[in-house]
Amino acid sequence: MFVYADNAATTKIDPEVLKVMLPFLKENFGNPSTFYSKGREVSLAIEHAREQVAQAIGAKPSEIYFTSCGTESDNWAIRGIASRYTEKRGKHIITTNIEHHAVLHTLKAMEKEGYEVTYLPVDREGFISPHQVEDAIRPDTLLITVMTANNEIGSVQPIVEIGKIARAHKVLFHTDAVQAVGHIPVNVEEMQVDLLSLSAHKFCAPKGIGALYIRKGVLPNNLLQGGGQERGKRPGTENTAAIVGMGAAIEKAVRTMEQNTAKISVLRDRLIAGIMNNIPYCIRNTPTHDMLPGTVNISVRYIEGESLLLLLDMNGICASSGSACASGSLDPSHVLLALGLPHETAHGSVRFSLNHENTIEQVDYIIQTMQSITTRLRDMSPLWENVSKESSFQEKEPVVL
Amino acid sequence: MIYSEKVMDHFSNPRNVGAIADADGVGEVGNAKCGDIMKIYLKIENDIITDVKFKTFGCGAAVATSSMATELIKGKPVSEALKLTNKAVVDALDGLPAVKIHCSVLAEEAIKAAIADYLVKQGKNPADYGIKEACNSCCSSCGSSCNEK
Repeated sequence: MFVYADNAATTKIDPEVLKVMLPFLKENFGNPSTFYSKGREVSLAIEHAREQVAQAIGAKPSEIYFTSCGTESDNWAIRGIASRYTEKRGKHIITTNIEHHAVLHTLKAMEKEGYEVTYLPVDREGFISPHQVEDAIRPDTLLITVMTANNEIGSVQPIVEIGKIARAHKVLFHTDAVQAVGHIPVNVEEMQVDLLSLSAHKFCAPKGIGALYIRKGVLPNNLLQGGGQERGKRPGTENTAAIVGMGAAIEKAVRTMEQNTAKISVLRDRLIAGIMNNIPYCIRNTPTHDMLPGTVNISVRYIEGESLLLLLDMNGICASSGSACASGSLDPSHVLLALGLPHETAHGSVRFSLNHENTIEQVDYIIQTMQSITTRLRDMSPLWENVSKESSFQEKEPVVL
Repeated sequence: MIYSEKVMDHFSNPRNVGAIADADGVGEVGNAKCGDIMKIYLKIENDIITDVKFKTFGCGAAVATSSMATELIKGKPVSEALKLTNKAVVDALDGLPAVKIHCSVLAEEAIKAAIADYLVKQGKNPADYGIKEACNSCCSSCGSSCNEK
């Protein structure tokens, strides 16, 4: 059985989306900046996609700017606000310690340039509280940037409350909503955000296209200089087919969200319960409330994540891990460490991210495969040797849903 | 991460997995914090390694290097096993990705730690055989210090 359970990494392009895109890779090849009809028709299609994106997040079309990816949107939001408003507002930025690297590494680079960053620590379930944000605000605070939903564990932050605080203190507020858009309701008015990053390939559109929402009146400087595309704010010839695909995909994701969420969250809960109830010494890293519909993150103690992924792959299952080996770095995932997990437990983490294409049969197959793989890896683990000698599963943790 | 076919073979069908109850030498290196631990068990008769088993907590390369290292010393005299280098393990596996070379170092150290244990039990000094104390931490590429365990 083949099971794709890594939808937080990327998704398969929806066939309907692909169909809408194809003409723009074939006959509708015109440059939208030109004046003849071959270009104008493409320009109209881009503006239609802009309306679709705007409508999906409760924005005006004039507040949507297409970019190349979520990472570019994050970089532009943070760097653009800093270069425009630092002189007037200051050099202090507030964020969390579980942001995506697109935000964290941007801020790390800016610290070297003299910016001061407050990294709010999350609790054991991966949440920050609005009070933490309020307490961190200073007279020189330039920007608050807090992700809407976390990519590894799926925790959804109290963005509406943080938005209120940011507004009350007149501090600009950016959110990386790459994992949220198309999966949970996102509305820029309710959230009171000034900037919001999104990425199309997380909701069944192609890779290489993203967008940044910029509230009217907020004026980040450009990241790129060039021609007049995107009203001069984001130069570069448009990735027309991908933009059209993004528009169609976001429209469909929002239209089908309710029914998909109902289906996916049942699969998620079944997967969590199946693993937690059948495999001893597992730790649930996904929160028990305010979480994405499809994200499951569990640490399987006494085994290492990359080995787990390789064996899952041999059994046809695509998943990911926060282990150092799987991430290609020396440390395990910063998100799992932020939850307070010891390094050795973080090394044994596995993330399954489900979407509407997954089935109950697939989930049961994952559970069954996880059981046999875990037994196999623990049998060859010197850490397990000591555990199985000392006790016989009394430590088994009850499942909390 | 692209592994060679040999690495994938030794990962998916590891040779010599297990423990030896009455082992003549046991060595354990690495630490859980860094994500890999290797434990080697040796059975030695008349200076020949007649049996060897391993247990490993770690990534695909850690399992494959353990497996290959045990294959390379099985049936060999202790003196020859002492000459095993991490490079020999890497070569036998048709190479490892650069970030995984430390796994082969760990495999070499694990073999040496097990032989050192055997020598001590024989009333001999491992240092006389050129065995330095294994640092029991990650390789030098890892941030953690030797004393941290």
